[in-house]
Amino acid sequence: MAHGPTGRPLLAALTLAALAATAACSAPGGNSDTTGANASAPAVAAATCGTAPVTLKGYFETGFPLPKDLSAEFTKQFPNVKWDIREDQFAVITQNAPRVLADDPPDLMRLPQVSELVKDGLLKNLDGYAQGTGWDKWPASQLEQMRVGASGQRGDGPLYAMGLNFSMTGLFYNKKLASQIGMTQQPATLADLDAALQKAKDAGITPIDQFNGGATGGLAFPLQNLMTAYGEPGPINDWIFQKPGATIDTPTNLQAVQHLDKWIKAGYFAKDINSQDYATMMSRFIGGKALFMFNGDWESGNLDKQMAGNAGFLLMPPAQAGGKQAAMSAPLTYGISSKAKNADCAAFFLNWVATNQQARDIAVKVGGSHPMGPADAYMPAVQEGTVTASTLAAGATIGKDNGAMDFIANATGAIYAKGWTPQLQKLAAGQQTPDGLLKSVQKDYETQVKN
Amino acid sequence: MSAPVTGRRARRARRPRAVWLGWLFAAPAIVMYGTFVLRPLLLTVQYSLYDWNGIGPSTWVGLDNYRRLLTDSELFATIVHAFELIVFFSFVPVLLGLFVAATIRNIAASRLATVARTVLFLPQVIPLVAAGIMWSWLLSSTGLANELLSAVGLDSITRAWLGEFDTALPAVGVIGAWVLVGLCTLLLLAGMSKIDPALYEAARLDGAGPIREFFSITLPSLRQEIGVCVTVTVIAALASFDIVYIATQGGPGNSTMVPGLEIYYLAFSEREVGMASALAVALVLLVLAVVLPIQRLTRDGSR
Repeated sequence: MAHGPTGRPLLAALTLAALAATAACSAPGGNSDTTGANASAPAVAAATCGTAPVTLKGYFETGFPLPKDLSAEFTKQFPNVKWDIREDQFAVITQNAPRVLADDPPDLMRLPQVSELVKDGLLKNLDGYAQGTGWDKWPASQLEQMRVGASGQRGDGPLYAMGLNFSMTGLFYNKKLASQIGMTQQPATLADLDAALQKAKDAGITPIDQFNGGATGGLAFPLQNLMTAYGEPGPINDWIFQKPGATIDTPTNLQAVQHLDKWIKAGYFAKDINSQDYATMMSRFIGGKALFMFNGDWESGNLDKQMAGNAGFLLMPPAQAGGKQAAMSAPLTYGISSKAKNADCAAFFLNWVATNQQARDIAVKVGGSHPMGPADAYMPAVQEGTVTASTLAAGATIGKDNGAMDFIANATGAIYAKGWTPQLQKLAAGQQTPDGLLKSVQKDYETQVKN
Repeated sequence: MSAPVTGRRARRARRPRAVWLGWLFAAPAIVMYGTFVLRPLLLTVQYSLYDWNGIGPSTWVGLDNYRRLLTDSELFATIVHAFELIVFFSFVPVLLGLFVAATIRNIAASRLATVARTVLFLPQVIPLVAAGIMWSWLLSSTGLANELLSAVGLDSITRAWLGEFDTALPAVGVIGAWVLVGLCTLLLLAGMSKIDPALYEAARLDGAGPIREFFSITLPSLRQEIGVCVTVTVIAALASFDIVYIATQGGPGNSTMVPGLEIYYLAFSEREVGMASALAVALVLLVLAVVLPIQRLTRDGSR
């Protein structure tokens, strides 16, 4: 055949070339229109949902009933508002966020770390709503994690997200096991905590169970708590907010990693933490297999139900008795897409969540965490002796000591998966030194911030 | 096409139309192939030359991404891990498959052969995600693997197999071997059934035992099938993703990070679409570089 041996490759080459030409004619990515989203927002006096039927498009996190319960209550009070809700796991939301916000903009969405989304102009500037509703009069610390400046550093600048409530982290403990080892009162200093851990170990009880497997380095929880026992929360927040020149490799942080290393070498953690996921940790702790677990108050409601009366909570004790305390505390962030159709209604909902009495009840009872809003706002009554009561009380202590911090895993979009997690897993396996860990994370951080 | 073709002239005259018709029939497939295979492939090559976060504007960086690939020890380590997995995904299933297939063939008549074939092929039917979840339970610190070891007095070596630096990659490899043994066995069995029984009979008359038969007749006759097995399993090892993603997500401490997973993390977690594309292109070239010689080696002999 005439076109046999030479004709076919030629044709294939031509097709390929044609395709290549179509593909290569333009650089990927749009010249994203960041000006519209980042422009200063005028005050919106009265954002409402109106009276005409509205369908709010929501993108929520699977496994946490709070946003759905709130949206149901909202529809009860404002029957013209219906919901179109999509749910995913947080990891999936993190990976999808930019694309979803760009292509299929929701009115209301659970957000991961916001600075990169803001840089791409994907989130609505909420300053106008903040002025209109008075959010700017709330305690500033509630909102600062969601403020993003022009260069992408957080802590300052326009507001790009809002919380449904804000969470508090610390140490949960099993009261029955605590009395078994003679821990009659909560440790008041780091030394007390060390002693309790040793006693548990001697009694054959796993002192701390912590997830640290796969892509989730849960040792970041005790580590950041130890950092605040040795140092101040301010510089840690600066690092998380990407303030220029900030470093995680400081002398007090080194002491903290060394202390964590001491705990690991002393066998205070379960032996298999490097293969443990979050769910395994929870089921072991609830099953009474460990004395302590570092976690957050999003589990308070759950623990009050599953370990009724047997779970306690304390903030990380300071190095010196009576010292100031600090904790990771972050709002459960929801944002509005810069292309949202019903932005006003979504903003009205966010304001309603913080100010409506029923909504605040739900935020505490279902969410287990402190509602957003002014310091003197209505607080639902909580039963004495429950974990929820102690986590809410801890929130007051942190407020007094000005000790709220964001989570070191939130410094950049990838620092958790690519920096903290592998390094903490190496530390747990004795394959990394405390000094090497901080240096390596700092190096990753600098590359990622530069990008 | 149905009209009878008579004589040279008639055939000549008809050719243009026939060619045109041929392309018409092939068109749907070509369009699909172009849209879903060639276009993404070319776009990946294009993206690999840019620094792009997937949303915002992109910057042309030429071959910088490829340069980083060669100098970044972390990225390079993923490729080394992929080659280590070849031992488990390829060598073990092929060798074990040969042994099992030969055994099954010897008992071909019995019902046990059918049962064995089905059981061995089952892992191919189970989705890899399910296999990964099942094995991560079996290999957990309280899983069946450790319970069996304890039962026979080997408490000292029980551990969280997927959670320790030294054992995580081999443990992932074992899962892959389990999945692929069935495929290899079935392919090799099919190959064995094509071997002329007269060859075996002749060998037996010459006084050959079963081992001699295997090496002198079975093995050489299976050259092509072995080639297919090795090719498919080597690709599975180099391009592995599902099993690793489910079982370890690359942990602990990157000890099971493979190129497929790294591409995914780069693109969707670090949002470095350019770098992810460069690694993807490198992976394609690597797979071709490994697989083409294997194809050549196993095909030439049979001609």
